[in-house]
Amino acid sequence: MATVTAVKNKRSSRSTIALKLLMALSGLIFIGYVLAHMYGNLKAFSGQEAFDSYAEHLRTIGEPLLPYSGLLWIIRIVLLVALAVHVYAAYTLWARAGKARTTKYAVTKRVNSTWSSKTMRWGGTALLLFIVFHILHFTLRVVTPGSNSDSPYERLVGSFEIWWVSAIYLVAMAALAMHLRHGTWSAAQTLGLTNTASARRNANLLGYLLAVVIAGGYSLIPVFVLAGVIS
Amino acid sequence: MAGSTLHDGSSPLNQAAKQTSDDAHGYYVAGEPLVDPVTPTGPIADRWTTRRFENRLVNPANRRKLDVIIVGTGLAGGAAAATLGEAGYNVKSFCYQDSPRRAHSIAAQGGINAAKNYKEDGDSVFRLFYDTVKGGDYRSRESNVYRLAEVSTNIIDQCVAQGVPFAREYGGLLDNRSFGGVQVSRTFYARGQTGQQLLLGAYQAMERQVAAGTVTQYTRHEMLELIVKDGVARGIVARDLVSGEIETHLADAVVLASGGYGNVFFLSTNAMGCNVTATWRAHRKGAYMANPCYTQIHPTCIPVSGEHQSKLTLMSESLRNDGRIWVPKKVEDCDKDPRDIPEEDRDYYLERIYPAFGNLVPRDIASRQAKNVCDEGRGVGPLVGDFRRGVYLDFTDAIERMGADVVKEKYDNLFDMYERITGENPYEVPMRIYPAVHYVMGGLWVDYHLQSNIPGLFVTGEANFSDHGANRLGASALMQGLADGYFVLPNTIRDYLADGPFEKITEDDEAVVEARRSVEKRVETFLSINGSRSADSYHRELGHIMWEYCGMERSEEGLRKAIDMIRELKKDFWTDLKVLGTADSLNQSLEKAGRVADFIELGELMCIDALNRRESCGGHFRAESQTEEGEALRHDEEFAYVAAWEFGGEDGSPVLHKEDLIYTAIEMKQRSYK
Amino acid sequence: MNLTLKIWRQQNPADKGGLKTYELGGVSEDMSFLEMLDVLNEQLNETGEEPVAFDHDCREGICGSCALMIDGQAHGPEVTTTCQLHMRSFKDGQTITIEPWRADAFPVIKDLVTDRSAFDRIIQAGGYISANTGSAPEANSVPAPRDKATRAFNVATCIGCGACVAACPNGSASLFLGAKITHLGELPQGQPERDGRVASMVAQHDAEGFGGCTNIGECTAACPKEIPLDVISQLNKDLRTAIRHGH
Repeated sequence: MATVTAVKNKRSSRSTIALKLLMALSGLIFIGYVLAHMYGNLKAFSGQEAFDSYAEHLRTIGEPLLPYSGLLWIIRIVLLVALAVHVYAAYTLWARAGKARTTKYAVTKRVNSTWSSKTMRWGGTALLLFIVFHILHFTLRVVTPGSNSDSPYERLVGSFEIWWVSAIYLVAMAALAMHLRHGTWSAAQTLGLTNTASARRNANLLGYLLAVVIAGGYSLIPVFVLAGVIS
Repeated sequence: MAGSTLHDGSSPLNQAAKQTSDDAHGYYVAGEPLVDPVTPTGPIADRWTTRRFENRLVNPANRRKLDVIIVGTGLAGGAAAATLGEAGYNVKSFCYQDSPRRAHSIAAQGGINAAKNYKEDGDSVFRLFYDTVKGGDYRSRESNVYRLAEVSTNIIDQCVAQGVPFAREYGGLLDNRSFGGVQVSRTFYARGQTGQQLLLGAYQAMERQVAAGTVTQYTRHEMLELIVKDGVARGIVARDLVSGEIETHLADAVVLASGGYGNVFFLSTNAMGCNVTATWRAHRKGAYMANPCYTQIHPTCIPVSGEHQSKLTLMSESLRNDGRIWVPKKVEDCDKDPRDIPEEDRDYYLERIYPAFGNLVPRDIASRQAKNVCDEGRGVGPLVGDFRRGVYLDFTDAIERMGADVVKEKYDNLFDMYERITGENPYEVPMRIYPAVHYVMGGLWVDYHLQSNIPGLFVTGEANFSDHGANRLGASALMQGLADGYFVLPNTIRDYLADGPFEKITEDDEAVVEARRSVEKRVETFLSINGSRSADSYHRELGHIMWEYCGMERSEEGLRKAIDMIRELKKDFWTDLKVLGTADSLNQSLEKAGRVADFIELGELMCIDALNRRESCGGHFRAESQTEEGEALRHDEEFAYVAAWEFGGEDGSPVLHKEDLIYTAIEMKQRSYK
Repeated sequence: MNLTLKIWRQQNPADKGGLKTYELGGVSEDMSFLEMLDVLNEQLNETGEEPVAFDHDCREGICGSCALMIDGQAHGPEVTTTCQLHMRSFKDGQTITIEPWRADAFPVIKDLVTDRSAFDRIIQAGGYISANTGSAPEANSVPAPRDKATRAFNVATCIGCGACVAACPNGSASLFLGAKITHLGELPQGQPERDGRVASMVAQHDAEGFGGCTNIGECTAACPKEIPLDVISQLNKDLRTAIRHGH
């Protein structure tokens, strides 16, 4: 009843593992980006002037070698490509996994799965929706709850003073924490960096660390705005 | 080898046996003496080299036109399939399992012997040869055994090159250990999973040939008949176990590498599927079955826990190095907690009877004495029926002497296995052990070329009889399987195939049609008896008879009784068997029925062989032939021969052909372990 | 013990199949799980219902034949093979659901029996070291570092049962694949074919329809031989190297 035959000369770059490698590499780009982004956000604690001039500074970096907003656009393009790759690989692998088991078990019992690993796909989808919302909100200024000031600081404070806006961001940060927790470990594993027990432990710890630092760091802003510390 | 001399192999050192007793009178017909037609001569060390040169070659261009069927994918079959495939023959490989990787060679634990002499401890090809002949109680063919010892070194080279992860020393070189009471360290091992690693090596080599197109593998296929045309083996009839289809496969030569028949005892350390069908069907088609009564019983197995038991599990014999074996002195203590039985009420019977060797006496002695004390009613463990089958293997002294940590380090995996199966913690309560059937030395008769008396039918590994005599040394089964598969068969089968290409045989040939029909009819019969008992229940009953009367100790009276009981059982089987399901689907009950039918017939022949051999040798102990101390007593002058049995027809008696065992390199000696 | 068994019955690959409930009494806690099924089958044979088909052979945990999903866990609640699982791991009166491995690459043949020949084809794709019989050099001419040989051995203990696939939410065979890649890749003899081996075996794995790995670790938890997750890391690393080398 064996119907599958031997495959010959298939490119390894088209394999499931290659897709995983793409996910891991694009994921690492996001980790780098969110760390830098968080650094900028925390400028909010230094007040409006510091925050706004930092935002402006991002647009003038590299001048005159680069045009105004040049670096920003380079980053945006890299991020868009990474996002496309990450999402494409994720949904392809998801579909593949679905086809790998079309008849489900009547009883399943997972013994080794963490919450974060189980929520990678739906959590990732939620993050994708959040990113769309976030761009509409702060970048394109299509959705502007609270404030549509030209000062980024005022928009930040104005919108986070609305409880449900803050709630959306806080929930998204929880999802990001989960995604980072498993994603960091998974990327290390996919890149073949976890060949010993200690390397595996370290990759897991790094996942927890990044999850706490990044999601925690971002969350400080809406929390402190709501608390009235940042205003 | 103190006191032993090797001779030059030029003149016989013993005379042909003349049997004077005739215990099996009336159960068999005396046949013509049998001579190995290709037996080599000359100095023993040169025989194989000379033969390899003399055997004809097959033109590489002709090889792909020659079809070879190999039944079984264990060490012997898998290695042969790989090697013949590499040589360019067109190989068809069959196994009943769902993958060749699951053949029962995989379960061998201890290791594999090879005369590498890496330890420089005095080992040599000669010594391995000598130990193997002696261990087999001088009932094997010396030329075959010498060849086995000779190619043993090539096996290790081959396996290492394939990536078998043998144990290594810190310097990265291969490690060896001493095994089974041998005084040299010549056993190569991969922790307790040597068989698995060797089998995976052979399997991978074979799969490589599947990919190369030289080997076609037929998994979930069971050989049910041999096709013989004009006295020559030309193919097999097999059942596709998934679709139920009866298929014929034709070839220029057939190799049976289908393993041993220890499951005739129902409970054994064999896998559930191990069976005699392939070799028994060949036997019924004319192949001689040699020394079927030679069975090896392993003393350290986990005892039976109840009537439901389906299988026995072996634990490494190394446990006897540190554990002390005992039973209560008094029958009334047998159901007590062993820790409450005071020292003076314990009988360390092996230490008592054999003070020099103590718990390290050879396998057969340890096994027989365990049976003796249990027969006296002093067995321990749960009552199965009305009998306790078990003796204590106690590590209390070892733990006191070496400390629990050292014991743990040495035996932890075995202790874990024991606890998983029995639910008892051997660090606290003494282990219980009991002997179990482990290996059979008997099998289809083959000549020096591993060819049976049917031209074109070759038999390798445990399925043949050739190398172990009446008993097998530890770590030699793996050696023989791989020797046959990698190095012997490929060099002997070519002499037969050199006569090819042979006249083609077609599907509509009378011999093919007849063989196929007989199988179809048999399958129909099993499904239509429609009685009341499952095949499994007959198997269980046969096993009880065999274990009781043809097990560790056999007597004239018991064997006669057993033969009668088996004949009754056979009649009942064919009238009251119940097999449900259909012929055209996966039907495990149907598979089982065919295997049990053949086991029943084999069981009878084993008893007749055991009855005829009124001597004790190796794994065969006749109560009538023992010293005053109860030790096995051989009768070389009567029984230094191979008993090769020819099928005597459905209602006829088997025909006994004797092949004399004449030694030219080693003199026979009686062993003593006192 | 008395048990309620819900067992997957399916007549043939085309049949839809379903769970059927059986009551079984007189089970002893010393029985192995498969012996318990033997008792059930003997009972079914008596009542005229066709016995339940299940794969099994050595019954000592090494051949890899037995393959049952027991209450949602591959090989049941203990870290061992189904044949080495004993009834003392269950309670009197318990209901136990028994299903076959579920993966489209392992189609059901009948009842609890599946076709795992995909694993053979993955090995055929490159899970070997090419060394024709007779061509081998002296065994000790190439020393193998002991730690590498030990790691090779540890992962070579894979029995090919398929529990990793059965337990994986993605139906991936990465643990099986990684174990063989790591075994052969750790040995000096395995080096010449290293890149080609991983490339071919991964391609065959994908062609068989197994899913991709998401590094969750259900496979290693279900593995009766406790093959560690690092073999998948090694697999990924070796494939990355192979891609770099042009595969």
